[in-house]
Amino acid sequence: MNLLRLSFANLTVSPLSSAVNILLLALGTASIAALLLANTHLASVLQRNAAGIDLVIGATGSPLQLVLAGVYHADVPPGNIDSKELTRWAAHPMVASAIPLSLGDSYDGYRIVGTVEEFSDLYGATLQAGRFWHRPFEAVIGSNVAQSTGLETGDTFSGNHGLVASGEAHDGIPYRVVGQFLATDSVLDSLIVTSTRSVWLMHNTQHQGEHPEDGKLRHHQGEDCANIQDCDPATEGGEESHQPDNYEAHAHHGEAIDHDEMSLHFNDPAFEDHPQVGDQSAADEADGVNEEVTLLLITLSSPLGMLSLPREVNAESSLQAASPAYELTRLLQIVGIGLNWLKTFAAILVVSAALSIFAALYASLRARRHDLAVLRCLGASRSELFSLLFLEGFLLTVAGIVTGLCFAHGGMSLVGYWVGDGRGLTITGWAWAPEEFLLILGLLATGALTALLPAWQAYRTDVSRTLTAP
Amino acid sequence: MALTISQNKQQRDTPVLEIRNLTFGYDQALLNIDAFTLAQQESIAVLGPSGCGKTTFMHLLTGLLRPDAGSIQINGTEITTLSEAKIDQLRGQQIGIVFQRMHLIPSISILDNLLLAQRLARVPSDKTYAIGLLEQLGIADLGNRRPPTLSQGQVQRAAIARAVAHKPSLLVADEPTSALDDKNARDAITILKDLTIGNSAALIVVTHDERVRASLQRTYDLTTGQ
Repeated sequence: MNLLRLSFANLTVSPLSSAVNILLLALGTASIAALLLANTHLASVLQRNAAGIDLVIGATGSPLQLVLAGVYHADVPPGNIDSKELTRWAAHPMVASAIPLSLGDSYDGYRIVGTVEEFSDLYGATLQAGRFWHRPFEAVIGSNVAQSTGLETGDTFSGNHGLVASGEAHDGIPYRVVGQFLATDSVLDSLIVTSTRSVWLMHNTQHQGEHPEDGKLRHHQGEDCANIQDCDPATEGGEESHQPDNYEAHAHHGEAIDHDEMSLHFNDPAFEDHPQVGDQSAADEADGVNEEVTLLLITLSSPLGMLSLPREVNAESSLQAASPAYELTRLLQIVGIGLNWLKTFAAILVVSAALSIFAALYASLRARRHDLAVLRCLGASRSELFSLLFLEGFLLTVAGIVTGLCFAHGGMSLVGYWVGDGRGLTITGWAWAPEEFLLILGLLATGALTALLPAWQAYRTDVSRTLTAP
Repeated sequence: MALTISQNKQQRDTPVLEIRNLTFGYDQALLNIDAFTLAQQESIAVLGPSGCGKTTFMHLLTGLLRPDAGSIQINGTEITTLSEAKIDQLRGQQIGIVFQRMHLIPSISILDNLLLAQRLARVPSDKTYAIGLLEQLGIADLGNRRPPTLSQGQVQRAAIARAVAHKPSLLVADEPTSALDDKNARDAITILKDLTIGNSAALIVVTHDERVRASLQRTYDLTTGQ
């Protein structure tokens, strides 16, 4: 029998009171811990997905929208730009690499991204099975896509117009899965990646069916707006970028070409994929393929580029450069204001719990003053009585903290389970926010302060007077 | 060997409790004791009407109160000059107290109450001895139960067992029979006396219960000092 056991035993005398106090503290702790976890997780996911991308160049519009669409695949892009911009900016001395993305279609809610193989390098991705695309309409899928849709190497699927599952289907032009990425814990896991040329051909080929009299693929600026956009009459005059009216599902006016025609195209040497979009240009110009990309992911060759390149890009009326790091900071600041309010509310919960523990300890002290005096008679020192009461407060605090952390991490795990892969925002409770250490220290300090006064009262117990008191 | 015999003799000759010229009062003098001595295996009933200072007397000799003047020695150690920490230690090791209202710790079992007394007395934990005490008092089967679940008589026995769990040389009981019927009161006094003799200790029972008076070797009236 030691003081720790005695403290624990004392807490079990009023189990309901102890449980309520623990629960109160646990709720406050869980609220703060969950917010910290969510904040840290969000920042980590956002930073991880933006790693290696210094700038995003795209059509003018909201820079945050451009970053969300191009880096996190969480928003619709502002518009398209001519693929010649790729050649131009890739050759810029400040640019180490420029990766084009063509967006606009999806499958079962997962975005189809037309790009080059180097795109996967941004996420350090390696193939788990199969290979990269060699021909148009060959695709490599992310691990979440494979898990969620059941697609495997060799399967075919038809994409939908727009970025949601309810978009009109490209029924006649299936993609073939030729590879699958290993999980990267990034947004790539939730993407279907194919060649830029596939996306161009997907849309232009369909319109060939709409305009058979043309006898060749052509620009449909006013009707299809290349790969992703709804048509904007204002852009029909040949503007390089287009603000979409509706990205969710852009309309097509004709029937898809049949499979025989597609087979013909697959076997056409002109459909051989090229490793770089720039190389494709010549072939595509000959094809009359609409050469637009949605945006460029830029890696700079020098940090100095962050100063000069955006200015250079933004000087052009049809283009804008957005920095993921800057936009990310701005986004987290906006989110942070809400989080701070929630943290304040949670802190009030913690203070309420601390006051409740204080009240419980103080009431317990008054009810047990004779017991404490008897302990002194049995030989306990003043400091042992202090320790006894302090330990009781400390045990309640520790139990509240541990329960609260279990609530927070368990809750996050449950949310992660319910949300699933979250389209690249995998949520897990098996993570630890660095600020949680500070939270625990703060809560322990609060618990110590709470227990201090009752413990001091116990220390000062006048044994003789207490024993003779009624 | 001669030295050991001499030490043992000195130990036997030294009174367990010796009080000289003790005075204590709050606003006015409450206690005046010229001389009070108690030897090993001796039992004494300290008598007096309510308000005469019986409980104060008990608190003084256990070091819970300090006298205004005079000397209190326990086994030759002057406790009036000891620091509070030393008194706590001495009280834990050499004195066992049976309270009027028993005051067993309600959150732990009877056996744990005994083990806690050993721990606070800074003596090695002796579970076997504690269980033996409970057996001796006829409550061995109640060792794992908490005090609130016991009858008053059972609590009384448990409180006595706790008071001697660390083998004190002085056993002090404050009105131990005030809430007991005749049979339980008789049993309680018998047990206290038996344990005192068995442990070579000394027993002081502070009481105004006439049933106790006749059972003990000596009496001391606080009002008369006789």
